[in-house]
Amino acid sequence: MEPGTLDVSSTRAEFPALHQSVSGVPLTYLDNAATTQKPQSVIDSVDEFYEQDNANVHRGVHQLSQRATKAYEDARAALANWIGAASDAEVVFTKGCTEGLNLVAASWGGSNLQGNDTVLVSTMEHHSNIVPWQMTAERTGAKVEPIPITDAVELDLEWLAARLAKGGVKAVAVKSVCNVSGTVNPIKEVARLAHEHGALIVVDAAQGLAHQKVSVQDWDADFVAFTAHKAYGPMGIGALYGRKALLENMPPYQTGGGMVRGVTFEKTNFAEPPERFEAGTPNVAGAIGFATAIDFLERVGVEAMARHENCLAKLAEERLSEIPGLKIHGKAKHKAGIVSFTMTEAHPHDVGTVLDQYGVAVRTGHHCCMPLMARLGVPATTRASFACYNNTTDVENLFNAVIKVKELFG
Amino acid sequence: MSLQDLYQEIILDHGKSPRNFGELDPYTHEAEGFNPLCGDQVRLMVRIADGKIEDLKFSGHGCAISTASASMMTQLLKGKSVEDALKLVDKFRKAMTEDGDHGDMGELGCLSGVREFPNRVKCATLAWHALKSAVTTGGKVTTE
Ligand SMILES: Cc1ncc(COP(=O)(O)O)c(C=O)c1O
Repeated sequence: MEPGTLDVSSTRAEFPALHQSVSGVPLTYLDNAATTQKPQSVIDSVDEFYEQDNANVHRGVHQLSQRATKAYEDARAALANWIGAASDAEVVFTKGCTEGLNLVAASWGGSNLQGNDTVLVSTMEHHSNIVPWQMTAERTGAKVEPIPITDAVELDLEWLAARLAKGGVKAVAVKSVCNVSGTVNPIKEVARLAHEHGALIVVDAAQGLAHQKVSVQDWDADFVAFTAHKAYGPMGIGALYGRKALLENMPPYQTGGGMVRGVTFEKTNFAEPPERFEAGTPNVAGAIGFATAIDFLERVGVEAMARHENCLAKLAEERLSEIPGLKIHGKAKHKAGIVSFTMTEAHPHDVGTVLDQYGVAVRTGHHCCMPLMARLGVPATTRASFACYNNTTDVENLFNAVIKVKELFG
Repeated sequence: MSLQDLYQEIILDHGKSPRNFGELDPYTHEAEGFNPLCGDQVRLMVRIADGKIEDLKFSGHGCAISTASASMMTQLLKGKSVEDALKLVDKFRKAMTEDGDHGDMGELGCLSGVREFPNRVKCATLAWHALKSAVTTGGKVTTE
């Protein structure tokens, strides 16, 4: 094997959930953009925490608590290192991407936006990068304006530059990789444009972690939200990267234990970031599992994974394009391993049911991107999304099952 | 349970060429049904006179199951009294969600396979919920 390439069969062997049958046929798991399966190492690390070190963090002097605290902070350091943060204090653990984006919109947005300000949100955004901004806009009087996209599902950068030049924009919210079309957005370029005009960039990297080597400093991003479960980690844990100077000046998002320096009924002093934004008992086992998933990304090589997934997605697009009446949505120049399509004969929901009967797990629906669906002019799509453990057999199974749809409904 | 049991000929037929599809003019009652899970959307228009459903039509977009179910419902309920229609709505809903013998469902029996696909039941009942809403309150319904 060449360096930088992926040994798919040995990687696949690390994922217990892949080795099962559904509807009497071996599972073809192509719903990775919704959540990836977990390698044994991640599952074990979560189990081990509960079996050996379980204790609350940052509060006990006893040894289990010390071990738990160390493991939790080590996980933060591992993540900070992986995403290229300047310091560990720039990484706030959250329950996922959604919470990270809500945190930014509520805390930064709530204290920095006013009546004449605008937040630009791309048309392809997930609801979790739209609705929190709408909520903040309602409270502050700021406006949320969509950034148009092209037919290929790429950001309209010319429009963005012109709109930024007009002034009044305080933040630009974009995803790094689109969960519907697979589009890889030029985050570095968007950050440069935003900064040129005094706006911040808020990146939804939910799909980024598994499909690209993220470097928040290289991106020059201000906030980046991550979720572990779409990158081989556990559910219910994620992280928000925030530039130190920004986090330091933001009010807490939630309040309670663990995020204060001192409380009296007259005045409460808040802790410094990241603790300021981590009220309550955190998901320690999740953080540990997240760090183990980062180890996995590093060990297998996220760039090799991305290349492999791209090859599979390209192959899937080629094969599916042979089918008359099938349309692939999203023809961006830079794409990750995600393919969305519609068929003239069958609604995505029917496609999903038929595929499921052949053991092929895909996602159908609007993918929490209703404005993007409206832009594409479809109510829903069928989406196949690839991970490092998928192989060409999975692509063939997908193709063959889609042919069955054609036969049934054609 | 096989795909052929779910997608019987008659369902595919109604799915492809729905009956009573389009706008009804004039109508006295209407309701919209929306399934946020899959984006299925149905608008139901009903003309009621003297406690009877004189005519009804539906528009919108949805999967084969929801389209076929809406189509068959409109055929079945045309000419029925509102009271009988509501009884049928309840019977159909029960047949979709509860095990056991539900008696002769006529043509609707072909939808009984849906019960074996729990995440598709809402597709089948969407138009029926909308009908009930139209004739009782005349509002919007979602199946979540
Ligand atoms: C692009 C994108 N953003 C945000 C999210 C939300 O992630 P989570 O549900 O883990 O908070 C998702 C996942 O559904 C996503 O695909």
